[in-house]
Amino acid sequence: MADARLRAIALRDSFVAAGAQIVEPPILQPAETLLDLYGEDIRGRAYITSDALRGEQLLRPDFTVPVVQMHMAHGADPARYTYAGEVFRRQEHDPDRASEYMQVGYEVFDRTDPAAADAEVFALVSGSLAHLDVRAATGDIGILMAAVAGLDTSDARKAALLRHVWRPRRFRALLDRFSGRAPVPETRAALLAKSVAITAPMIGKRSLSEINARVTALRDDAAVAPISAREIDAIEALLAVNDTVPNTLKKLRALARDLPAISSAVDRLEARSTAMAARGVEVDTLGFEAGYGRTSMEYYDGFVFGFYAVEHPDLPAVSSGGRYDALTRRLGDGAEIPAVGAVLRPGIIVELEGAP
Amino acid sequence: MTIKLGVPSKGRLMDDTFAWFAARGITLSRAGSEREYAGQVDGIEGVSLVLLSAGEIPRELAAGRIHLGVTGTDLVHEKLPLWKAQVTPVAELGFGHADLIMAVPAAWIDVDTLDDLDAAAAAFRAHHGMRLRIATKYHRLVREFLQDAGVADYALVDSQGATEGTVANETAEAIADITSSGATLEANHLKILADGLMLASQATLWSSHTAHVEGADQAVMDDLLRRFG
Repeated sequence: MADARLRAIALRDSFVAAGAQIVEPPILQPAETLLDLYGEDIRGRAYITSDALRGEQLLRPDFTVPVVQMHMAHGADPARYTYAGEVFRRQEHDPDRASEYMQVGYEVFDRTDPAAADAEVFALVSGSLAHLDVRAATGDIGILMAAVAGLDTSDARKAALLRHVWRPRRFRALLDRFSGRAPVPETRAALLAKSVAITAPMIGKRSLSEINARVTALRDDAAVAPISAREIDAIEALLAVNDTVPNTLKKLRALARDLPAISSAVDRLEARSTAMAARGVEVDTLGFEAGYGRTSMEYYDGFVFGFYAVEHPDLPAVSSGGRYDALTRRLGDGAEIPAVGAVLRPGIIVELEGAP
Repeated sequence: MTIKLGVPSKGRLMDDTFAWFAARGITLSRAGSEREYAGQVDGIEGVSLVLLSAGEIPRELAAGRIHLGVTGTDLVHEKLPLWKAQVTPVAELGFGHADLIMAVPAAWIDVDTLDDLDAAAAAFRAHHGMRLRIATKYHRLVREFLQDAGVADYALVDSQGATEGTVANETAEAIADITSSGATLEANHLKILADGLMLASQATLWSSHTAHVEGADQAVMDDLLRRFG
């Protein structure tokens, strides 16, 4: 841990040299914001404690949320931040994973040129890891979100799909249902066929009008035509993209014929790869996976990336990051700002440096 | 040293466990008065009885303070995330059957599956500005089950007893609890979701991976496992 701490401070200093200001969010974070953002999932991942005065508190599971809160409350515009410190994660499945480790981060809040900001963060991390045998993975959640938003179907269906972009299995099940590929459950068919009387007494906070509203929504949904096979196939093809950035651009341009809504998201990918190339990133060999980052915590909504130790695939990512514009909206109380950032794990960096 | 056997300290579960062992030639009994939590073992040498709350038996097995223990599958799965690495089920005892299920008000004619529950939770949160609350004492099992099913916008609220009553009391909108016959659910105007079975539990005899078995104890352990196997 001592080596990791020294390395963390050194990395943080190098980010200060790159123009960032040091921030130090407290280790104890009020639970409410994080619980509201992530729900029960955070309880499985974070340590929760409490006292009689402040109520539930979390041991900082990451820095990004408190940094965004702090920036939205009184940050300069634009701003660049860096930090170094411990984060705490419950590990209920793998006793070999650390539950307390150092993180160093770099976060950019800048509205002028998002593609350049993406490239700036990626290149900075890539440069910090240049002496290690690491592999970069990239993706862009924004392309899938644009594809869903552009589907020729009802707003309710699009909203349901967008809500589950980060839960691939549920997303798949919804696609199957909305395209008519999955059978309608019996109870649902019965509910749609005739008016079903409520025979049980009404109990609880969910009211009769809410039940009726959902029955109406289900009947409305049943009247909506299935999402076409052409669009579903295009979404499947999009999710299957796993290639170099230049080949990905070609494939996505072709897919945009069936999913015209992704065009501007693909333009952004192209602008980003141009900006990355300008910073010396070898984009011609850089991998892109359309499904990358979908199972992480749901705040990334654009560019996503991670760096992995080639010889140690069992280790967690050495670094991960991405764009989280929507999170600034959620925590901004009406305000928003394009934001992108990354964290590195100095403990793993030190481990790799010491590995034979 | 002796082989330590942990058994639930009261009620039906204790009586049924005593009967199960009796049928295999081992007489378990409480020493002294009904109120005393010391036990006695007859019919086999080198085994001592430890009477414990069923809820504590998983922890004692994992810590290696008892070699064998009788408790429900539900409690082992909830309390020991890595139970496969810590304990081995020796025998299912055929009683104490209970299913861990997800239930909602029977009046919710629009909710029969987890898919419905997820959609209802989204609408509930938009309408009430709070997550749909699910009362349970099986936090880890329920959270993992719902995560796996892709249900969002819910919150678990802790309920250590009378969980079926939480919906009528408006401290939760749905429940996740153990049921054996479903009668209590019905009496409280709740229904089980069609795909809401999380775990079928029954009283089970477990052996600890961490408890030390030394010298003569090994022969006793072998004899026990032979009788139960």
